[in-house]
Amino acid sequence: MSYAAGVDVGSTQTKAIVIDESRRIVGRALIDTGENVVAAAEKSFAEALESAGLLEPEVEYVVGTGYGRYRVTFGNAQVTEISCHGRGAVQMFPGTCTVVDMGGQDTKAIRVRPTGEIVDFCMNDKCAAGTGRFLGAASAALDIPLSELGGVALKAERPVRISTTCTVFAESEVLSWLGKGKRIEDILAGVHQSIAARSIGLLRRVGIEEEVTFTGGVARNIGMIEALNRGLGLKVNVSEDSHFMGALGAALFALDNIVASRAPAFAEAAV
Amino acid sequence: MTQDIVGRANNEGAALFREWFDGLTSTAEQGGRGAYVFVMGSMAELLRVFDLPVIFPEINSLQTAVRKVAHEYLNQAEDYGYSPDICGYVKADVAVQLRGGQHPMGRIPNPAIAVLTNACNTYIKWAEIWERMYHVPVFTLDIPGTRAAGTQTWPGDRDFSNDRDYVLSQIKELIFLCEQITGRKFDIDKLREALLHANTMSRGWKRVLELNKNRPSLFNAVTDGTIYLGVSNAFRGTEKGARYFEDLVEEMEYKATHGIGTLVNERHRLIFVGVPCYPIFRRFNELFSEWGGTFVNSTYLWFAAGGANRGFEYDLADPIESLAEGTLITVRDAMDSMFYQDQALAEMIGPFHVDGVVYHPIKSCRTVSTGLADNRRALMASRDVATLFIESDMMDRRVVSEAQLKNRVDAFFEGLNSRRMAATR
Repeated sequence: MSYAAGVDVGSTQTKAIVIDESRRIVGRALIDTGENVVAAAEKSFAEALESAGLLEPEVEYVVGTGYGRYRVTFGNAQVTEISCHGRGAVQMFPGTCTVVDMGGQDTKAIRVRPTGEIVDFCMNDKCAAGTGRFLGAASAALDIPLSELGGVALKAERPVRISTTCTVFAESEVLSWLGKGKRIEDILAGVHQSIAARSIGLLRRVGIEEEVTFTGGVARNIGMIEALNRGLGLKVNVSEDSHFMGALGAALFALDNIVASRAPAFAEAAV
Repeated sequence: MTQDIVGRANNEGAALFREWFDGLTSTAEQGGRGAYVFVMGSMAELLRVFDLPVIFPEINSLQTAVRKVAHEYLNQAEDYGYSPDICGYVKADVAVQLRGGQHPMGRIPNPAIAVLTNACNTYIKWAEIWERMYHVPVFTLDIPGTRAAGTQTWPGDRDFSNDRDYVLSQIKELIFLCEQITGRKFDIDKLREALLHANTMSRGWKRVLELNKNRPSLFNAVTDGTIYLGVSNAFRGTEKGARYFEDLVEEMEYKATHGIGTLVNERHRLIFVGVPCYPIFRRFNELFSEWGGTFVNSTYLWFAAGGANRGFEYDLADPIESLAEGTLITVRDAMDSMFYQDQALAEMIGPFHVDGVVYHPIKSCRTVSTGLADNRRALMASRDVATLFIESDMMDRRVVSEAQLKNRVDAFFEGLNSRRMAATR
């Protein structure tokens, strides 16, 4: 049995996935990236191996992805997170035509073919508005853990309108709403709606075609899932493994390479 | 032979450019002045009749970025009061003026006149700065543009005739103004000579662009092409310019005959749409060439050449009227290359064997960037061709993020490779 792995070094967290030849996930790991990117990649891979009950030599090919992909020093190749999230989303939800990936510092809208091939994509530029960082600012301002934000937002009755598009100013706007006596639930719902609106703007640029799959770390936030569903007027695909989608895509590209190495004709066109 | 001819245009182009800036420096140091003009409708052919050195503030500005000092000029203009949102070319030029013409390539003379067209709305506001700074006349040539995409009029059409007459009357005014400024009488034979050289250059420019249908491509439209473009503008209507383009055609034909490409391993043929990223000019191209990608054409080589890519040739028997007709056709074409380039691109996909089109809107220039999203959508609707949309700037390194660019470029090529792999299955 051959195994392939993908390591997604994100700005906030690093994810690793190990798959077998049948594309089944056999091991995974999720850790905070921290300041030592190389160490984070190594640690996540080691933990994924451990969860799979495998030793490193048993993994034939490793692909690094994410902003720190070139720091996956033990990796055999690098693929962008854009390609990896598209590929992972199609693997997880084969009807996927559009992907919204919301990470710590960027949000991507990706159009894919059923093969996982990228048709078009766009990302936020020069600004972290509409990304997980925006939630981080709200979390800090309200002193509520990130993991609880979505649940609190769902209890809103009259969401406020967050007007700033700047993550830096978001914190002061949140505080100003607090000063005006608004409920925390309503403020947080406004924050989620603001982020969803920015992301939907990106999705419109590539064209929204169902099914839409939501990936990235923010996909664990139930408030954001709801805000996207409402904003898009449809139900986005979300998996418990949505935040592993980039690592899964990377592992699938790694598996492609293993297969290609057995069929030389296709080797050149891979990764 | 190969050693003598391959790469000659790049070397000679660089030498001519240095020579041109040396000439400007010499003029400035002797207290001489020149005509400030723009790449879209420079009227260089006419201005040479009056021995007015042509000065391209756009080129002066981009040279500060190529030479990695643009930030010093931009900061100076912003400190002076110009907003960060204003065109980077304008701000760098303002700083050059504030420095008394000091420039990384030498010294820029003051203007005696500014001649512009309406091809770019910023030209008009930009020229007003010189008008107030130096109290010199500003002549704005109002060129009737295309009324709607694909509706250009041509000789024989009444609308075209009216448009040409309108341009002609303005050119006659410009001739009168130049006579007043320089104290020289207009010499039609001198104009005829400039037009003759311009014809050779336009004919060469068109031929060179067409030759890049060759596989492998003979030159990179972003890197090499920009050198040729510089000569096309700075030496327009001169004997040196004409000889350069004859040599350039010879070089490209030689490369085509001998199968000499610009890349050793050409894997992806691309078209560039927009203005180059001058702050990281070489590196920007490497982001593509590292994947075996080369630019076989570029809309920049159309509009920034003032439409010379059309290969329009003046009728030397009727110089002034023909200058009016040529100015109308080429400047209109330059505007169309910025605003309505999707149809031209669609027609090039097959003949140029294009794999992808790279759109590069820039923060500094709304004129050239605003419609690119729509144009891209229109192209993708008409052709099954991969496209990439990346944003940065032509001057301001503060809004150029190499890491972000690389990520998007890498994803683009991953998509191209998977597309190719799917096609071979």
